Amino acid sequence: MELFQETFLQLLHPYIIILIFSGVTAGLFVGAMPGLTATMALAVLLPFTFTMPPLEGLVALGAVYMGAIYGGSFAAILVNTPGTPSSIATAFEGYPMAKEGRAIEAIYVATISSAIGGIAGVLFLLLLSPPLARLSIKFGPAEFFWVAMLGLTLIASLSEGSLLKGLLGGSLGMILGTIGVAPIGGETRFTFGLPVLQGGVEMIVALIGLFVLPELYNMATQGKAALQEVSISSERGVSFFSVLKRVLSMPGNLIRSCIIGEIVAIIPGAGGNIANLVAYNEAKRTSRHPEKFGTGVIEGLVASESSNNVTVAGSMVPLLTLGIPGAPPDAVILGVLLLHGLRPGIELFTTSGKLTYGFIISMGLAAIAMVPVGLMGGRLIYRVIFKTPYYFLVPTISLATILGSFALRNSITDVLIMIILGTIGYLLKQVGIAPAPIVLGLILGSIAEIGFVQSLLRGTAYPYPILKLFENPLSHILIAMTLFSGAWPYISALYKRLKGRIKSKEES
Amino acid sequence: MKKVLIIISIFALVLSFSVVAVQAEYPDKPINYIISFNPGGESDITARLQEKPLEDLLKVPVNVTHKPGGGGAVAWSDFQRTAKPDGYTLVGVNIPHIIGQPLQRKDAGYSTDGFNIIMWFHFTPNALIVNKDSQFKTLKDFIDFAKKNPQVITVGGSGTYSANHLETLRLEKAAGIKLTYIPHTGTGPLVPAVLGGHLTCLMNYSMLGVQLKDQVRVLAIASEERVPFLPDAPTFKEQGYDIVGGAFRGIAAPLGTPKAIVDKLANAFTEVNKKITEKQEPLGFVMTYATGDKAQELTAQMKKAYGDVFQDISKEKK
Repeated sequence: MELFQETFLQLLHPYIIILIFSGVTAGLFVGAMPGLTATMALAVLLPFTFTMPPLEGLVALGAVYMGAIYGGSFAAILVNTPGTPSSIATAFEGYPMAKEGRAIEAIYVATISSAIGGIAGVLFLLLLSPPLARLSIKFGPAEFFWVAMLGLTLIASLSEGSLLKGLLGGSLGMILGTIGVAPIGGETRFTFGLPVLQGGVEMIVALIGLFVLPELYNMATQGKAALQEVSISSERGVSFFSVLKRVLSMPGNLIRSCIIGEIVAIIPGAGGNIANLVAYNEAKRTSRHPEKFGTGVIEGLVASESSNNVTVAGSMVPLLTLGIPGAPPDAVILGVLLLHGLRPGIELFTTSGKLTYGFIISMGLAAIAMVPVGLMGGRLIYRVIFKTPYYFLVPTISLATILGSFALRNSITDVLIMIILGTIGYLLKQVGIAPAPIVLGLILGSIAEIGFVQSLLRGTAYPYPILKLFENPLSHILIAMTLFSGAWPYISALYKRLKGRIKSKEES
Repeated sequence: MKKVLIIISIFALVLSFSVVAVQAEYPDKPINYIISFNPGGESDITARLQEKPLEDLLKVPVNVTHKPGGGGAVAWSDFQRTAKPDGYTLVGVNIPHIIGQPLQRKDAGYSTDGFNIIMWFHFTPNALIVNKDSQFKTLKDFIDFAKKNPQVITVGGSGTYSANHLETLRLEKAAGIKLTYIPHTGTGPLVPAVLGGHLTCLMNYSMLGVQLKDQVRVLAIASEERVPFLPDAPTFKEQGYDIVGGAFRGIAAPLGTPKAIVDKLANAFTEVNKKITEKQEPLGFVMTYATGDKAQELTAQMKKAYGDVFQDISKEKK
């Protein structure tokens, strides 16, 4: 208890508070810019943290990380472009809301959900680290393969109507994912002799191209920003507290999304980019009106934004206890820990407990700080986006997409890939193939490939290597979940038909 | 007429500026330091540590940028094609990557000899690591079991034809055993693989041995002498296997960079290396000071050592 008191007192220093607020603010702006990722923000901050005492450095990094994941929601809501892959699903509901003139409401929902998710992640980390860490290392290659398979069943709900088109999109994404050096084996494939393609298609580049460019083309061809006319007048009368009440009135959704976020976060290498989609899918599946999803449903927004902020502290579970970076930004934090002579493991919670708990609690404070920062920053970004005429907005956002995809690894090729994919994305959208399944295929394709090949390799000494995919109880659970999830549309259709039949019998 | 005069004088002005720029002593503008991997890895963290002391020594900003992809090949091929030999664009290089990729890929997009290596500044030796609960207490246990059970032992490592992979192949050859090597996409995913018991052992670097000290056992380490921060880990050499290898990290300029500039940079990096030793050694790095001819020699020597392993591989493939 004394430790807790001390930990808290050290955080109440004004300097620490300033660090948290400025970290969240900086993170928010980075996250809101498509192409600037949380990892990059942390990497830029890294040299500064070397000169700070460990606690201050870690506090700053934690706040930036939290802010960046949350900031992704702004671009998603206002321009239909996930600022980070963690807010792909946010765009599904947030943008339609903005289109109806409910942008501020959507931002409030995202802010509150993000803060709740952020705090939930910290609580999980404080209370449940040891058992979650043990669960985390149960995921081997076979489990990764099945996780990816389970993820692919999400396509059904992401494909906006036609399952076939969704599957086409997903396959296209998986094919894109095979370009470059094979993750296992090291052969180069489908580079067409271009050395630059050895690096493959970066997920962020695909994200920018597939989500932003079609929107820009629309704005440019229609001669107006899609949102502009409706929004400003109807924005009055949304109070923060009424939105807070709304969000809190769906505890089931919040709890479910937070748990999903936590489980995905402790799976090494998954993180917010998968969590938000899974949580969204579950919110849709359990909703009483799943058919309304995609038209501006608050439940979906809550699920996406709460689950992705859980992953910030959630991915610290395997990092702090075992030294496993759960998501790319965590690798940067691991580096900082090591440089300060802090090795992940039990020591971190005992000998350096004051520092570690200080860091963890500061992430909770960062989650709370998101509310005032987000509300002010949100209004500001909102004004900029809406008060700017489209003939300024389109070139400005275009420039941002180019800078964003260039900044990722300082490569002009990435800009070209972005433009090509964006143009293809625009054309595919005309025939009803949505960008989300493509990005999902790109994310999951390589996870599936790695898990599959590694499993087979593990079985080299045995007669049927493929059996390695079916060995562990955890795999069995994942297989069952995949089958259930894949069959769900049919189950629910059958259920509805049965119900209808019973009803009509009763009526007759 | 007046216009022409103005144009001429502008030209003269620009020209005089550029003459001044040529004459000014190197460096007089920011240096771009390219890392060919993601932020957060060993290369990045080292560059971040070097950044500040380098700026103090050279008195110009040093910008660390990232261009990840293809195991480094994206940045390296781009560097060899486009970087100007003026000392303002430098790239982090790694052995065995820059040796293995051009040998093994049809067109890696760059060549091993296409760099002007300024310095190799440190080395992380390979280490054979098992879970603390593993049945293998010593390297001898491990090899005895492998002799009786070919291919049953699974060895996780980072990458294909990487330092980890090649060391595994060398161990197989030296001990006359057959293992199953399973490449992973980096050091990160190897941790759960060994702690969760998904693999028998890892062939990774000294760093991981330090990082997971309480949870793993290092059966052997591929350095000449024991590493200070892993005093209990015996070397392969002590145990009768002549295996020394790992990953070297260094810095390179484009071919054709004036010798004066390369020397100046080599001196600066040497100074910096001394300054950051106390930060790096506790992480399991072994500091190295190979500059000038010594740097070229080291590259050549490693190229030869790995070349033999590669020849065996291509023979096997046929």
